[in-house]
Formats: sequence, structure tokens, C-alpha cells
Amino acid sequence: MIRVIASRVASAVPILILVSLITFGMIHMIPGGPAAAIAGLSATPQQIAEINHNLGLDKPLPVQLYRWYDQVLHGNLGTSLLLGQPVSQAIMIRLPVTFGLSLYALVITLAIGLSSGILAALRQNTWVDQVAMIFSIIGISLPNFYLALLMIIFFAVDLGWLPSGGYVPFFDDPLGWLGAMTLPAISLALLLTGLLARITRSTMLEVLRQDYIRTARAKGLPQRQVVLKHALANAMIPIVTVIGIIVSLLLSGAVVTETIFSLPGIGQLLTEAVLNRDYPMVQGGVLVVTALMVGVNILVDVLYAALDPRVRYHAS
Amino acid sequence: MSLLEVAGLTTTFATERGEIAAVEEVNFSLEAGEVLGVVGESGSGKSVTALTVMGLLPRPPARIAAGSVRFAGQELTSLSDREMRRIRGPGIAMVFQEPMTSLNPVFTIGEQIIETIRAHERAGAAAGFARTVELLEKVGIPSAAERMSAYPHQLSGGQRQRVMLAIALACRPRLLIADEPTTALDVTIQAQILDLLLDLRDEFGMALIVITHNIGVIAETADRVLVMYAGRIVEEAPVAGIFDRPAHPYTRALLASAPALDAPLAAGHLPAIPGTLPDPRHRPPGCRFAPRCELAIPACSAALPPLTAVGPGHAASCIRLGA
Ligand SMILES: Nc1ncnc2c1ncn2[C@@H]1O[C@H](COP(=O)(O)OP(=O)(O)OP(=O)(O)O)[C@@H](O)[C@H]1O
Ligand SMILES: [Mg+2]
Repeated sequence: MIRVIASRVASAVPILILVSLITFGMIHMIPGGPAAAIAGLSATPQQIAEINHNLGLDKPLPVQLYRWYDQVLHGNLGTSLLLGQPVSQAIMIRLPVTFGLSLYALVITLAIGLSSGILAALRQNTWVDQVAMIFSIIGISLPNFYLALLMIIFFAVDLGWLPSGGYVPFFDDPLGWLGAMTLPAISLALLLTGLLARITRSTMLEVLRQDYIRTARAKGLPQRQVVLKHALANAMIPIVTVIGIIVSLLLSGAVVTETIFSLPGIGQLLTEAVLNRDYPMVQGGVLVVTALMVGVNILVDVLYAALDPRVRYHAS
Repeated sequence: MSLLEVAGLTTTFATERGEIAAVEEVNFSLEAGEVLGVVGESGSGKSVTALTVMGLLPRPPARIAAGSVRFAGQELTSLSDREMRRIRGPGIAMVFQEPMTSLNPVFTIGEQIIETIRAHERAGAAAGFARTVELLEKVGIPSAAERMSAYPHQLSGGQRQRVMLAIALACRPRLLIADEPTTALDVTIQAQILDLLLDLRDEFGMALIVITHNIGVIAETADRVLVMYAGRIVEEAPVAGIFDRPAHPYTRALLASAPALDAPLAAGHLPAIPGTLPDPRHRPPGCRFAPRCELAIPACSAALPPLTAVGPGHAASCIRLGA
């Protein structure tokens, strides 16, 4: 198991290098630079040139790239041009928002997606199955942002039950956090819940047909144990892969959701950074987000091996 | 009262092209400790009969259209799922045709046996473990205590079938149904498993139903034999009667195409009888074997031949019995 993790971590290094290269290339390819944003609209060309010189942006790109890598290897992501704050600090402040939102949405996705998928499989072709699948189709086909706006209008504006936006830190006011995050989390979770429900249903149907399920029933095990132990343990193997993808999608979906609900998360931070060509912020932010995604995928691989003894023994 | 009494059993499947009867008007009974052999070509309804008794067919598409299954005096067909699960294990246990896929790949074999015991009895962890090791030893798994933590994929087909046997025996069933327990295994293993089955039958004092399409297997194991064809029983006899005085032309054809009886296992699969089993959707009128039967006359296709006694405990459904 240790070896599996080590090899996955090692293979993450080239991914991080590649992603940072692509990010660097793209952010420098788009026209404009941070100087204009810093100096303001009335800046003269001299002022711009001076700022560029001070920031080292007049150096050739390979030199800039080298400097950035050098910094990162020394554990320093640099300073945000716009905020004047260390990039790592800016990220650490925003991360809990994105993390909380994604986690909340993940809990909703897992709770509703898994249970309705299992239930639909067990009640295949009954009204339970049909209702669950109709809802999942609606969840999948309704655009996130559209749903978010509908929910804001209905729950926040018309009914006034929940705030339409803004953030309350969890540790200051847990209930306030729940209130602020519920609409964003639901709008973020809806599509993925529908997706997970459908995949869980079809995977469970496939597993329930297997011979070992018949064996479990032939032993006289209670239905609960047949389904929740024997079937689910096998169904979880492919489902965990999907959950890994879902987590990645949650993190990237959080960007849009944060913007709509004005939540000060990584998504908002990066959007601002890109718009203002805050190079260090973009570079550092993307690196951290990529590392998170890679981490999630390593976790999925570990879970995968934990769930499937055939993989476990093959790998060791 | 017999241990198992199956009467007028008809099991059907709903398919896209209508309902088909996989098993039709099957009658038989079994005494405690008796060994019943069930033979017939692939598709003749042997597994469906066994799975109906176990209540393991998915309903729908399966349906018990008629008949009854009484086990130790209790009607099984009308039991709820919850009541039926108490029968499975300590009452009736089954070993399946597919050893490679019948064990759950993600649990250790020890776990899969212990949970069977736990589902029916209060057994502490230590007692459950000890009993499981003992079971594994009984079915001939070497270094049983160590193998407890093995996963199915680490075992050979023969070993997996032995583990299946250990699971089936875990709650000392009164009836064990072995559905072609050896078909998927190679020849030397087949003989070992069959011997094991008979030894265990003696030790546990249970009744045994051995399903096979190799009539040779029956000669060595069964007290009584049912011959099935296209969902119906065509002959029923004590084992000696089947081999000495086979009455139904189908039984004779099975015997003729069977491997030599003194080496029943060595030849592997049964060479085919000319022709094929009729499609369950378009079964011939009258005797279902008539289209393949050398002795068939027009009257054979007129009506289903009734089961007629030809000796003590020996009956066959054929109108050409003297021919
Ligand atoms: N789930 C099902 N749906 C539809 N028809 C089925 C189903 N299961 C079995 N049948 C049909 O029932 C008939 C009897 O099948 P069964 O499995 O009992 O045969 P068998 O005698 O056990 O054959 P084998 O030696 O191959 O195991 C076959 O015609 C088969 O097509
Ligand atoms: Mg069969």
C-alpha cells in the first residue's frame, strides 16, 4: 500500500510541472499585463515600463519561468501583485471557503446520490425507480447557474429563508455558515447527485445479478446484509472512481458557484487574478488547486486498492 | 412425511416473447438421508427446479405458476422472504454450478463462512473461527487456519468449490443440493469433490440432491434418479433400475452416449444425443422427445404420455414402453 502511494506521489511531479508550464504559457500569451491594473487607467507608458522593470516582467520569459520555479522549490509562491499579500497567505485565507463549499456539496451528493441509486436498483422498474431517475435527469440537465439563480430568487428573495450571498466563517457562526452555504452547495451538488444516482443504480443492478449475490442469499443472510455488505462492497469499486471525478468536478464547479453567490473562495480569487493578470497569484493558485486534485486522485487509488483485494495483491 | 415433497411444480419465466415454462408439473419426494440424482441435458430445467426449491429465482421474471414445495412438512412457496431465509442454510443449502464466480471477490473465505454461521446462530468470534477452520479441514483445504484470510482469487477452481461446500455445510443443513458441483472443474478434481460430497453426506447425515448432465456421476452417488427432459420428468427409478432396465428412450440415449460406467469421470463431457432440445417457446405437442426419438410413432405427438409404472418405484412417461 505504501508503495502504491509513493509511486502515485512520484507520478504527480510531472503533472504539476506540466500544468504550471501550461498555466505560465497561457497567462503570458493573453495580451495586457498587471502594470495597467496596478497603475490605473491614467498611467503613462513610462510608469508602466517602470513597474514592469521593478517586477522583472521585462526579462525574457524563460528567465521569469526559471525564477518562479526557483522560488517555488524554496517553498515560496511569491507575492500577489494586486493584493500585495503573499500568494500562499491569500490562498490559505480563501481555501476554507472553497473547501467547505465542496465538502458540503460532496456530502449532499454522496448522501442523496448513493441512497437513491441503491434504492432505485432495489426497486427496479417501480415508481420509486422512476421518480428517482426523473429527478436525476432533471439534476443532470438543469444548468448549475440557472438553478442557482432560481433558488436565489425563490428562497432568498421571495421567501427570505436564506441569504442570497455572502460568507460567514464556520467557526464564527456554524448556523450562519450553514445558511450561507446551503443554496450554493445544493446548486453545486445537483448535477453530480443526479450523475452519481444513475451510476450507482446501474452499477448496483449489475452487481445484484452476480452469482455471489445468489450465494449470499442462499446462505440465508438477511436482505440488508446481502445489499449493504455483499453488493455494495463490490459496487463501490467502480463508484469510487466516479466519486474521484466528482470531487474534481466539485472543485472546479465551486469557481462558478462562488462567483454567483459572492463567496470569497479560491474561485473568486483566481477569477480576479486572471482578470488583472496577477501572474504570481494565477501561477500559485493553479499549482495549489492542481496539487489538491492530484491528492484526491491518489486518495481514490488508495481507496480503490483498499476496496478490491485483487488490486491490492496485484500491486504489492 | 418425506423431508422434501415437490408436487405439480411449474416454474415460468416472463420473456420478451411471452411466458415460457422452464419446469412443468414436476413431482418428486426425498427422504431424510437419501441421495437423489437429477440428470438431463443442458437446459432441461434442473437448475430451475433446484433454485425454485431454494426460493432463489428472481421474481419477476420467474413465477411459480403451480404446485407446491414442502420441506419437513412446511410449505415453502408461500413463505415470506424473511421466513425463507431461515430455511436457507440450516434447512436447505446449495452448492452452485459456477465455482469461479459464486464467492464474493472482496471478502476473505473465512469471513464468508463465519457470516453464514452468524446469520443463523449466536456464535462468538472465537467459536465461529474454530468452527470455520474445522469446516475448511473437513472439505480438504490444506493449512486451513492460514487460508482463512485468503481471498477467492487466490484459490483454484477446485478449492473454491470446496469453500462453497464448507459454506453450504456451515449450518449442518438437512438437505444439500449440489448443482453440477463438478462440471466446471477438471476431471481429477471432479472425482475428489464427488467423493468428498458422499463422505460428508455420511458424516452430516443429510439428504443430498446431485444434479448433473453426466449420467455416469449418478451411478456412483445416487440412491434414486430423476431424468428430466425439456422441463419435465420423463423417468424416475432406483439407481439400479436406471442402469439395468432404462425404460424411456431418452434415458437409453443418455446411457448410450455416456462414458463407460467403470470410468464415468474420465471421459469428461457427455457426447451429444443427435438433435437438440426443443425451444421452450415452440415445444412439440405430445411427447417432447418424439422429434428426436427413434421409436416415435404418430400417436406420440398426440398427447403428453402419462407417467406409467414399470417396476417398484420405477416409472416412465412413454407410450412405447414395450417397444
Ligand atoms: N432467468 C431466466 N430467464 C428466462 N429463461 C430462463 C432463465 N433461467 C433459465 N431459463 C430457461 O429455463 C430452462 C431451464 O434452464 P436450467 O438452467 O434449469 O437448465 P439446466 O438443466 O440446469 O441446464 P444446465 O445443465 O446447462 O445447467 C432453459 O430453457 C433456460 O433457457
Ligand atoms: Mg443448471
